[in-house]
Amino acid sequence: MSMLTNELVLERIGAMQPQALASSETGYDGILNVETTREQLVALLTFLRDDEELNYHFLTTLNAIHYPDNQGRELGVVYHLHNWPQNRRIRVKVWVPAGDEHVPSITSLWPSSNWMERQEYDFFGILFDGHPDLRRILNVDDMDVFPLRKEYRLEDGTRTDKDDRFFGRDGHEGRSFD
Amino acid sequence: MQVQSYFSQLDSLEGELATLNLGPTHPATHGIFQNVLKLDGEKIVHAEPTIGYIHRAFEKLAERRPYNQITPITDRLNYCSSPINNMGWHLTVEKLAKIEVPKRAQYMRIIIMELSRIADHLVCNSVIGVDTGALTGFTYMFQERERIYDLFEEVCGTRLTTNIGRIGGMERDFSPRFHRLLKDFLKTFPARFEQFGGLLERNRIFMDRCIGAGPISAQRALDYGFTGPNLRAAGIDYDVRVSQPYSSYDDFDFTIPVGENGDTYDRFVVRQEEIRQSLKIINEAYKNIPEGPYHADVPEYYLPDKPDVYTKMEALIYHFKVVMGEVPIPAGEVYNAVEGGNGELGFYLVSDGGRTPYRLHFRRPCFIYYQAYPEMIKGAMLSDAILTMSSMNVIAGELDA
Amino acid sequence: MPEGYGGEGFFATSLGQAVGLARANSIWPLPFATSCCGIEFMATMGTNYDLARFGMERLSFSPRQADLLMVMGTIAKKMGPILKQVYTQMAEPKWVIAVGACASSGGIFDTYSVLQGIDKVIPVDVYVPGCPPRPEQIIDGIIKIQELVKNEPLRRRYSPEYQHLMEKYQIG
Repeated sequence: MSMLTNELVLERIGAMQPQALASSETGYDGILNVETTREQLVALLTFLRDDEELNYHFLTTLNAIHYPDNQGRELGVVYHLHNWPQNRRIRVKVWVPAGDEHVPSITSLWPSSNWMERQEYDFFGILFDGHPDLRRILNVDDMDVFPLRKEYRLEDGTRTDKDDRFFGRDGHEGRSFD
Repeated sequence: MQVQSYFSQLDSLEGELATLNLGPTHPATHGIFQNVLKLDGEKIVHAEPTIGYIHRAFEKLAERRPYNQITPITDRLNYCSSPINNMGWHLTVEKLAKIEVPKRAQYMRIIIMELSRIADHLVCNSVIGVDTGALTGFTYMFQERERIYDLFEEVCGTRLTTNIGRIGGMERDFSPRFHRLLKDFLKTFPARFEQFGGLLERNRIFMDRCIGAGPISAQRALDYGFTGPNLRAAGIDYDVRVSQPYSSYDDFDFTIPVGENGDTYDRFVVRQEEIRQSLKIINEAYKNIPEGPYHADVPEYYLPDKPDVYTKMEALIYHFKVVMGEVPIPAGEVYNAVEGGNGELGFYLVSDGGRTPYRLHFRRPCFIYYQAYPEMIKGAMLSDAILTMSSMNVIAGELDA
Repeated sequence: MPEGYGGEGFFATSLGQAVGLARANSIWPLPFATSCCGIEFMATMGTNYDLARFGMERLSFSPRQADLLMVMGTIAKKMGPILKQVYTQMAEPKWVIAVGACASSGGIFDTYSVLQGIDKVIPVDVYVPGCPPRPEQIIDGIIKIQELVKNEPLRRRYSPEYQHLMEKYQIG
């Protein structure tokens, strides 16, 4: 069903938007993974969406991910785009350092990213510049931590009715890093 | 709770607009989400949704649990059709671990998934009926859902949150009672379903209520990331089962019903037609189900037979490792999508080779398309807004995860 | 002191039994359905398991008109204050049934965002475990509530123990 293979897609991106491509690889599941920088992100996504041949018109989902061990590239945002007529997917990744978690917002390109970006702000604390209404969406509004980051544990530490010893936990689950 | 930005634009009309808080506990909002509406008389001028009242942190919870223990979490996403979520998860892990599931298990999975799709659409359509005042259809269709529950109970033991199937196939073959119940269901359900359709589909009052309530154009639906019956009602025939067939869906011939205006009536009729198409698929799958094993021969991921566990050493070790969650999942990332009851349910799984996922992200269709709700009800009357919400089939578990 | 002469008094016991019988067989429930247990409740209300034969024909979604608060499903920390407000708005006498593992103790969701049991915010009379509980189990819980309602002394809501319970939860 797909008329362009991953190599041809890469060639086209390389031809039209060479500065946006930081690195690329074919992912484990066959989807092309493209990495870009946050300065080039909006330009690359606009190109992927508007180019007639590539035509990745649908934003499937976006999510963030936290690798506390990658110095300078701790937080990443992953965008999945999809071309329905030719059934091709592409994954765009952008990495930002912890402490400077600014990523441009793509709500001007796809309105569906509005709540998705709010969700990733809620979970990871990534600040999407240009988002019309960046506030917490799923957690309580006065929460001051970003719970899906690896340094926070899953359970509520203040609960009194469950004894961690019986669950085989010592209260220091999650990746430990100093 | 800070509510900012939008209300300040409307301050100039203050005094003429009424603020109405719809929810989170409200009989007609099926699920808990709040909408603060600004009303000009009866017409809605602005809506501000708040969600998260049932946020259970699935994505963080999945990082703690081994792969076979995540299935009960996926149950609780769209709990009206939990087998579809379960199968979607199993397919994702099988994609990552490169497990090939035998044909019989794939057909069994299709039968279970289509039955749960019927159950999900029955809830949605009955509830649209209830919200327009027609309670009878609800009582009759829930009787039919009980028969679907009986079928699920034969396979996996529970009715609603099924945890059905295993990584590599199904947990047991269809029992004789299942065959009996399924044959009976396939024989008697269509007639009763047509009675329900006859009550509502061409009912003058129902049509007057629903036609024109909460419309959305195809372009706006695409912008807002709609998938599933809501998008098909707007006119676009995208169905994951057809465009990226999984689990042998390409062996079956079924049509994708498509609407025109994307309003409540179109969503209702699209779901009705999808139930008929699902029945067609189940009939075909049941007639042509091949003989063979009901699970793949992957003892690293699938529990070995109990007699072997008691006698053979390797089986005992595999059993221990599977139960303790030490399955050899390779490192890598996959994205897998299935057609859930509400649209494209996607699983983005990042594994670092450990016993639990490193990151699991659910692409939840309800969460994505509910963003369009304020736009869909702008200018509509309050009763139309209620009807639009129930016809969008927003399941709180999938919305908040 | 022979029965009926002390405590609430002579006529009050028979009156209490009559009132209890009337109350028990005509409870107006408030279904506070949040998640999967809500769907099992809808099945319980349906024709196969039929909650209406226990007198619960009329569901009340307004707390002011309800007797029994049926909390079905997970209550997140965001929802806790709302649950408490709904409970406070109910008029005495009121009972609470926690349906499902999530309402009883947080269930499988031992996470930072889920309230580990609604008895952290409101007093509960009957807990129905299960995930989700079968309709028969929910009906069993309802029958236990009916037993509680039938045997409740008339002056219980004014007793010092009840006041102490309300103070512990900081209600009213």
